[in-house]
Amino acid sequence: MRPGTSSFTEFLSLAAPDLLPGNRQQLTGPPIEVAHGTTIVAVTFPGGVIMAGDRRATQGNLIATRDVEKVFHADEYSAVGYAGTAGVGADLVKLFQVELEHYEKIEGTVLSLDAKANRLGFMVKGNLPMALQGLAVVPLFAGYDLDRGVGRIFSYDIAAARSEEQGFHAIGSGSLFARGALKKTWKADLSEQRAVRVSLEALYDAADDDSATGGPDMARRIFPVVAAITADGFRRFSDDEVGAVVDALVADRLTNPGG
Amino acid sequence: MPFGGYASPEQWVRDKSEYARKGIARGRSVVIVTFADGILFVAENPSATLHKISEVYDRIAFAAVGKYNEFENLRTAGIRLTDMKGYTYDRRDVTGRALANAYAQTLGAIFTESVKPYEVEIVVAEVGQSPESDQIYRLTYDGSIADERGFVAIGGQSEQVNASLREHHTAGEPLAAALRVAVRALAAGTQPGAPGAGPANGERVLSASNLEVAVLDRTRPRRLFKRITGAQLDGLLAETAPAS
Repeated sequence: MRPGTSSFTEFLSLAAPDLLPGNRQQLTGPPIEVAHGTTIVAVTFPGGVIMAGDRRATQGNLIATRDVEKVFHADEYSAVGYAGTAGVGADLVKLFQVELEHYEKIEGTVLSLDAKANRLGFMVKGNLPMALQGLAVVPLFAGYDLDRGVGRIFSYDIAAARSEEQGFHAIGSGSLFARGALKKTWKADLSEQRAVRVSLEALYDAADDDSATGGPDMARRIFPVVAAITADGFRRFSDDEVGAVVDALVADRLTNPGG
Repeated sequence: MPFGGYASPEQWVRDKSEYARKGIARGRSVVIVTFADGILFVAENPSATLHKISEVYDRIAFAAVGKYNEFENLRTAGIRLTDMKGYTYDRRDVTGRALANAYAQTLGAIFTESVKPYEVEIVVAEVGQSPESDQIYRLTYDGSIADERGFVAIGGQSEQVNASLREHHTAGEPLAAALRVAVRALAAGTQPGAPGAGPANGERVLSASNLEVAVLDRTRPRRLFKRITGAQLDGLLAETAPAS
C-alpha cells in the first residue's frame, strides 16, 4: 500500500500485467480468422456530438454477429467506438471505461477531454504488437468538452497517431463511403435530430457499398447503436427512437436509393 | 511502556489501542444513516476538497475519520481492489463485505506488526436493492469489524453522537428527515464550550459550508454514489430546519 498512480492501466501493469489487453502472449503461425467489427461514424452539431455504429461483425466471408455493439459509454461526457478485431476492441473499451472511472474516483475530479483522448492513445499504442500480428483495432473517441462547450472527435491509427477531426469522421471498412456521404450532408448548424439522421444516412451508404458493414435489419428490428453526448451527458437512443428515424430513412430510399 | 525492560503483549496492545483511540477522538465525527432510498453520509468537514466520504464502486462508499494520509491510503487501496475485481470478474461481483474483509485484514496486520497503529476508523457501506439488504460495516484501528444496523457514528465524540442517533433515527425516512437526524446528532457530539458551540443547549449550528454530504441512492442508474452540495444541500437543510 503506497501512494501511487491514479491510472488503472499503470496499476494493472504492476499488479497483474497479464490482464492488460496488449500483453497477450506472442502468437505464432498463420493469421487466424477472428470476428471483425466495422463502421463507426461521429458527427458534431452545435450542442455536442453524435456517435453511431452498425451492428455487424464478420469473420472472413461470414457474418459472425448481427447485433454486436461497437459504440459505448466511456464516461458521463464521452463515447468510444471501435473498428477491427472484435475481441481486442471489446477489451480496449472495457479497460478504457475502468481507466476513466478509476481516475475520477481516486482524484475526485474528471479528466479533461484531451487527457481522456490521450489515455486512449496510450492503450492503442500498447496494442501495436498485436496489430502487427493481424489483430488490429482502432478506436474512435467523441466527447463533450465541458471547458469549451463543444463536441469533439478524435481518431487514431494503429500506431496511435491521434488526430482531432473537424465536424465529422468515420472509421472501419465502410468509412470511405460514410465519409463521402457526410461530406455532402454535414453542415455546421445541424440540429441534434438532424445529426442523428445524417449519421444513419452515412451508415446506410456504407452498408450499401461495403459488405462488412451491416444495414438496418428491418425484419429483426436491429438498428445501429446511436448515442448523443451533450452538456447533459451521455445518452444512448432507445431502439424505438432509432427505429423511427431508420423507418423514415428507408422509406425515402425506396424512391431515391442514392439518398 | 518501560524502556529496555520487558513489556507484556497485553501492555503493548493496550498502549497501542489507547494511542489510536486518542487520535481518532481528536477529530470530528462522521454519521452514516439509512433512509428510504439508500444510505446517507454526513461529515463535519470544513474542507470542500479533502474528503472524508468517497465513492468506491457502483453500490459501495467509504467514510473515514482520523489521520488523513492513513485513511486516504486505505481509500485508494479499496478503489484499486474493487476496480480490479470488477474488471476481472463482473461489476455485480464486487461486494461491500469483501471490501470490508480486506480492510479488516489490512488494519489488523498493521496494528499487530507496526509500532504505530493507524489512527483511523472507517465505514464501508453498500446499498442494496431494498432497505433490508443495505449493509454498513464499521472497522476500527485494530481490524475489528462490526455489522451495523440502520446507523453508526465514527470519530470525535462518537458516543454522544450514537446516543442521539439511537434516540432519533427511524428506518425508511425521506432524505431530508434523515439529514436532519444526522446533523442533529453531529451537533450533539460537540462539547459545550467548544469553539462554535451554541448558546444554551450546547448544540452547535452546522451549516452547509462545514458539512460534507453524500448518498448512495438506489434509485439512481449504475453508479449510485452522489455528493450533495451547493443549492441542493441548502434546500435540504432549509427543508429540515426545526420549526421555530
